[in-house]
Amino acid sequence: MKYRVMCPVRMVLWVLIFGFIKPAYSQLDEIDFIAPVVGQQEIEKPTYSETILNLKIRSLSKKGQAIERLVTFQNPQTINILQALADGYLFESREYGSIVIASSKENQYAIVLAEDNSQLGLVERSAIKKIKINNSIRSKIRRLIAKLHLNSVDPNLRLLAVKTLSKAINQDSLNILKILAETERDESVLDTLQLVIALDKLKSTDRLIRLEGIETLKEKTSLEAVNRLQAIIEQNSNGQFLEADTEVRKQAKSALVKIEARLQVYQAAETVFFGFSLGAVLVLAAIGLAITFGVMGVINMAHGEMMMLGAYTTYVVQQIMPHHIGLSIILAIPAAFMVSGLIGIVIERGIIRHLYGRPLETLLATFGVSLVLQQTVRSVFSPLNRSVITPEWMSGSWQINDFLSLTWNRLYILVFCLLVFAFLLQILKRTRLGLEVRAVSQNRNMAKAMGIPTGRVDAMTFGLGSGIAGVAGVALSQITNVGPNLGQAYIVDCFMVVVFGGVGNLWGTLIAGFVLGIANKVLEPFAGAVLAKILVLIFIILFIQKRPRGLFLQKGRGVES
Amino acid sequence: MLLKYFGNDKEFGFVLLLLAAVTIIIPLCNLIFSTGSVFYFSAYTVSLIGKYLTFALLALSLDLIWGYCGILVLGQGAFFALGGYAMGMYLMRQIGDRGVYGNPDLPDFMVFLNWKELPWYWLGFDSFPFAMLMVMLAPAILAFVFGWLTFRSRVTGVYLSIISQAMTYALLLAFFRNEMGFGGNNGLTDFKDIIGFSLQSDNVRALLLMSSGLILIAAFMLCRWLVKTRLGRVVTAIRDHESRVRFLGYRVEMFKLWIFVFSAILAGLAGALYVPQVGIINPSEFSPLISLEIVVWVAVGGRGTLYGAIIGAILVNYSKTVLTGLLPEVWLFTLGAVFILTTIYMPDGLVGLWKSKTGGLNHE
Repeated sequence: MKYRVMCPVRMVLWVLIFGFIKPAYSQLDEIDFIAPVVGQQEIEKPTYSETILNLKIRSLSKKGQAIERLVTFQNPQTINILQALADGYLFESREYGSIVIASSKENQYAIVLAEDNSQLGLVERSAIKKIKINNSIRSKIRRLIAKLHLNSVDPNLRLLAVKTLSKAINQDSLNILKILAETERDESVLDTLQLVIALDKLKSTDRLIRLEGIETLKEKTSLEAVNRLQAIIEQNSNGQFLEADTEVRKQAKSALVKIEARLQVYQAAETVFFGFSLGAVLVLAAIGLAITFGVMGVINMAHGEMMMLGAYTTYVVQQIMPHHIGLSIILAIPAAFMVSGLIGIVIERGIIRHLYGRPLETLLATFGVSLVLQQTVRSVFSPLNRSVITPEWMSGSWQINDFLSLTWNRLYILVFCLLVFAFLLQILKRTRLGLEVRAVSQNRNMAKAMGIPTGRVDAMTFGLGSGIAGVAGVALSQITNVGPNLGQAYIVDCFMVVVFGGVGNLWGTLIAGFVLGIANKVLEPFAGAVLAKILVLIFIILFIQKRPRGLFLQKGRGVES
Repeated sequence: MLLKYFGNDKEFGFVLLLLAAVTIIIPLCNLIFSTGSVFYFSAYTVSLIGKYLTFALLALSLDLIWGYCGILVLGQGAFFALGGYAMGMYLMRQIGDRGVYGNPDLPDFMVFLNWKELPWYWLGFDSFPFAMLMVMLAPAILAFVFGWLTFRSRVTGVYLSIISQAMTYALLLAFFRNEMGFGGNNGLTDFKDIIGFSLQSDNVRALLLMSSGLILIAAFMLCRWLVKTRLGRVVTAIRDHESRVRFLGYRVEMFKLWIFVFSAILAGLAGALYVPQVGIINPSEFSPLISLEIVVWVAVGGRGTLYGAIIGAILVNYSKTVLTGLLPEVWLFTLGAVFILTTIYMPDGLVGLWKSKTGGLNHE
């Protein structure tokens, strides 16, 4: 049939037909704004501003109607009004008699007209009256807002809207989601939409539709999908299956197997990530020691306390600038490097200098230093743990899907660890100091003969190692308690990493740290955290029997000494 | 006089006589004189001195391995704690049904953990001789396995120190676990009797001090004899130049192994004597810090002399008791300072200082 230009009579007819059909299928409990609103033009209809004024009516049911009507106007301001209403910022101005959105400003309220955001100036609290709503209206508003957001340009808002709607899904919202799914371009929104629709299909009485739902769920990584599929194959207490159809059960089972296979991949990925993040912490903690112990041969038992000082420096910097937490962490990095580095130089010049060539005595003396530092911190800051605030950009986690989420602070520490490592490597490779450090560590006497001031190089090297430990302390302050015993907790691990990796080898330290971190996390599910740690320790003890010089041994003259 | 008998070894004789005097006089005074008398030693003092004597034995064991064989073990506390746990298990079994839960078969903490029967490794600890055997055997086995593995692969010096620290750290973590069946975090405590006699009675306390003293004296003399024998001379030679001894045809690892095992047994005995006198053993004895403190005792006294270790252990612990009582904050400062100053200014400890002052230098 060909379309012709409709004559007015037919048009009225169409309008009438639509007018009757539409309420029939959508029930108009909530407004379907995808279909064009026609037919209601016959009735005497209030304007947008009149509808807004209706919100003043005390009766909650009338208020609800007004809210619903508000949505039918496709006015962009509606979202703001509803949001303000849900959050309790919508008021009635006693002076103008109109509805306003207020925001508090130094004991007064800045009000704007709800209808068009025009400024009305500052008023006292008494000049405005709050529009009250109850919880059922509030949740209705949430749903309406979500629906409005479905049409938003921002895919994040759409995703959020889909999630809100899927929490309490009904036939109506499902229809909307279905229509949206056909036009949706954004992958993550589409993925969620398909999931919601497929979950709903499971409820269907038609087995074909149920099978279709299962088919879709197979590809989805969602906790909800797993639970629902699990429910399908479950038996009730009488041994009967909740799902009568064998084919559906079979499909559900195979879908579950498929999802679980994917799940295992995610779990493995998570374990590896946790392993890397633990490894990063170990590497960070040990890398300073790799300099002082590995390169210089000083058994620095005060290494842990250098980290502790770095963590306390972070705390102090935060106390100085409590309003800039994010910045304070950044500033704490050089500060901690300076504090720990300087104290390291003092220790080297004051104590260790006298003990070169007597490694066991160095061990005892530096242990004495560590006791003194611990007690100093205890006396200055109190024996209790201090709390270091985590900046906002480091808290929370990166939710990849229902089964895989990575915490930001661990991720940052991983990156930070690699940066510090690269920084240290560059110093040792490309700077004058690095050259001298390597020369002295390989053959002290020859280096001296070539005119290298070994004493100064020793001090600088020890300062560098201690400074790096201080920087590690900044990172540790983000994941563990900052207290006098912070260093003690890490010292054995640090030595293990350095010895395992091979003394005098920075790359060895890096690899050893990550290997031990991952080994720990892989063992943890089977053995528990403590036993995993014990097993790793035993492994290292046995490993050192096999290769007393670690994974990667240092090459060069004078190594045997 | 008596000292003449010891010839060149006046210091050895002096310390030995002093120990004998302490061992006999203090318990006697405690038993004979009544409260209020000038010569009376309170039960607290008796336990305290008894504790010092066990520490002295522990220091002696470390001096043997560190001072004479040159192996700085940072896990000596592990052997001490193992001996202590063996003794503690015996004392737990002695409680019988007098525990809080009144269970005749199981110690309180096992009832608390809902265990149904005694784990196999608790069997036999009802008998005192068996427990005493285990006091020596448990540390000996650990030392044997650890030493056999490390010495054979020629792990030496700093590496050995660090992995021995890892060993005691691993044990610390292990004993903290409730599943291990050694009382977890709380350890073993609430002891009542030893061989049927109440631990609270003065007589038993005096006897415990006396046996600590006697065992210390016996160990002291045994060690003295040991280092004078051919074995001891080889061991000292290993300390001074290991590869030269090896080239001379001695099996270095065997000498090291036996001296290490012997030292571990002494440490285990010290632990076993320590536990009934303080009334508790818990995993904190395994902590690396305790093992390091033992090293300080020996370093302060002067290593490689045996009597230096005894003097160091008693002096350091006495000052610890005094200082932690008076100024708790100062103790760690003092300990730290002692560590630093000893290593820099008194490499031979108090004994070395005294010898250089009196001119009686006879370095080994």
